[in-house]
Order: sequence, then structure tokens, then C-alpha cells
Amino acid sequence: MLSARSLLVRGMLVGLAAGAAAFLFASVFGEGPIGQAIGVEAAHAAGHSHGESGEHELVSRTVQSTLGLGTATLVYGVALGGLFALAFAVAYGRIGRFGARATAALVALGGFLTVAFVPSLKYPANPPATGNPDTLGQRTGMYFLMIVIAVAVGLLAVSFGRWLHPRLGGWNATILAAVGFVAVIAVVQTALPTISEVPDGFPALVLWDFRLASLGTQLVTWATLGLLFGALTERRLRVRTVLAAEPAASV
Amino acid sequence: MADVSLPTPAVVPAPAAVPLRQILPWAVFGALLAAVLLYFVGVEQGVLSVFAGETVHEFVHDGRHLLGFPCH
Ligand SMILES: [Zn+2]
Repeated sequence: MLSARSLLVRGMLVGLAAGAAAFLFASVFGEGPIGQAIGVEAAHAAGHSHGESGEHELVSRTVQSTLGLGTATLVYGVALGGLFALAFAVAYGRIGRFGARATAALVALGGFLTVAFVPSLKYPANPPATGNPDTLGQRTGMYFLMIVIAVAVGLLAVSFGRWLHPRLGGWNATILAAVGFVAVIAVVQTALPTISEVPDGFPALVLWDFRLASLGTQLVTWATLGLLFGALTERRLRVRTVLAAEPAASV
Repeated sequence: MADVSLPTPAVVPAPAAVPLRQILPWAVFGALLAAVLLYFVGVEQGVLSVFAGETVHEFVHDGRHLLGFPCH
């Protein structure tokens, strides 16, 4: 049997790898739009400087875009990896007859959809210099509320699907649960306040590139978590099963 | 070669769930740890602040924006 402790440790180590992959992706696709957004901010120098371009900068742009970005993605990866492993520990053997690899992939898919994708539909990532500091508290609150709601509705959809399963079969139960998830999320996102602070005249292409890079960074993180964690756990189980089977076979 | 002859159905065990009682203490520990880590990447020196100044915020700045956390 799998132990919760070793799953948690494995999750955090795999999270380190996921953070490294996210760093590579974010460096290649994310730093361009960030630099351009800061360029836009600097061009409208009348606005407040946030330290990115002023002479009194606390952390240089070079450090921010390399060491700083790397630290952020690695720490984020470890944290997500730990939470992912715990979700896997609960899901494994409880969401149907899925093996370790398939369970890990499904948990990662659910995590990406509810923690990253669905919240980003309502409150997408914004490049530097596009937010109002006065509303940061409200924006942070709404963002985390959206994540909590998406995860909760996702869990409800899974148990709804499991309840439907014996009545309708796996295929139709999954479709109905997914439709229910989309419907509830649509109502919630329509009801929640919209935040629209990107200044007039901010280049639309930079905003698009940045948001795409942000979503891609999340996708890379979750995909690495799900696939690598699944592969390692599956291998561990196979090795153990073979070891357990060998003495019996040689007798 | 040798792998092909292995009785594959026996290799993949039926998934045995980890007991919730065993998961719970690690879930508390893991969730607390994750919350602290996520706090420093995503929130510190934004709405809330443990350390004075802006150094933590400025250091993780690019990651905070790219990972989708609300910022300036
Ligand atoms: Zn910022």
C-alpha cells in the first residue's frame, strides 16, 4: 500500500521539477511581454514607478527575470506538488478502478482546470503596470474566492458523476457531471464582479501574449506534476508487486 | 524480451486506497507548508505584509504576475 508520507515527499520533489519546467517556459514566453509591459509603464513615466525602472530599484530587472522568477516558480511548484500529492492520496482507489498513472493524470487535469484555467477566465493574469494598487485587496480576495469556488464545484461535480455512474454508465455520467460543472461556474462567474483595470491604450498584443504565457506556465506546471508523479508512483507499485510475487514464483 | 513473457495482468494491482486516517496528519502538515510557501510567492508585501519594505515582492515579482496572482 502507498504511504501518505512518501506520496507527499514525492509530490514536493516532483513539484521541484514542475517548477523548473515552468521556469523554462516562463523565461522563454513570459519575460518578453513582461519587459514590454514595463516599457509601456516607463513610457508613461508620469505614473508611479514601482521599482522596476526607477533609479532606486530594490531588485534589478536582471535578478527579477532570472533568480527571482526561478525562485518563485520552484517554490510555487513545491507547494502545488505537495497539495497535488495529498489530492492524489485521497483520490487513488476512490474515483474508480484507475491505476496510479491515470489517477495522477486525472487529478492534475482537475487541478489545472479548477485552480488555474477556470479562475483565469474570470480574473485573468495581468502584466505589471496594469492594476490599481488601491484595489489589490479586493482583487486578491476575488481571485482566491474564485479558486475556492471552482475547486468546490469541481469536487461536487465528481461526486455527482459518481452518483450518476450506476444509473447512466461512465460515459453519460461524465458528460452530465461536466455539463453541470460548466453551468454552475457560468452562473457564478456572471454573478461575481468584473475587474477591468487595464489602462486604455495598453497594447492588446502584449496583454494577449502575457495571458497566454501565464496560462501556458500553469499548463506546463500541472502537466509535469501529473505525468511525472504518475509515472514514478506507477513504477514504485510495479517494483513492489514484482518483488512481492518473486518469492512465491521461485518456490 | 523477457518483459513480454511476464504475466502482465498480475503486475498491475487493483488500486488499494490509502486510509483517510493515515492521510489526515500529513494533509494538515502539507497544507500548512503549502500555504506558507504560496503566501510568500503570491501575497507577501501585497495586501498583507510580514516583512517591511518591498524586497520580497520585488524579488518574486515576475513569477507573481506570470503565475496569475493579482499584483500592481
Ligand atoms: Zn507587481
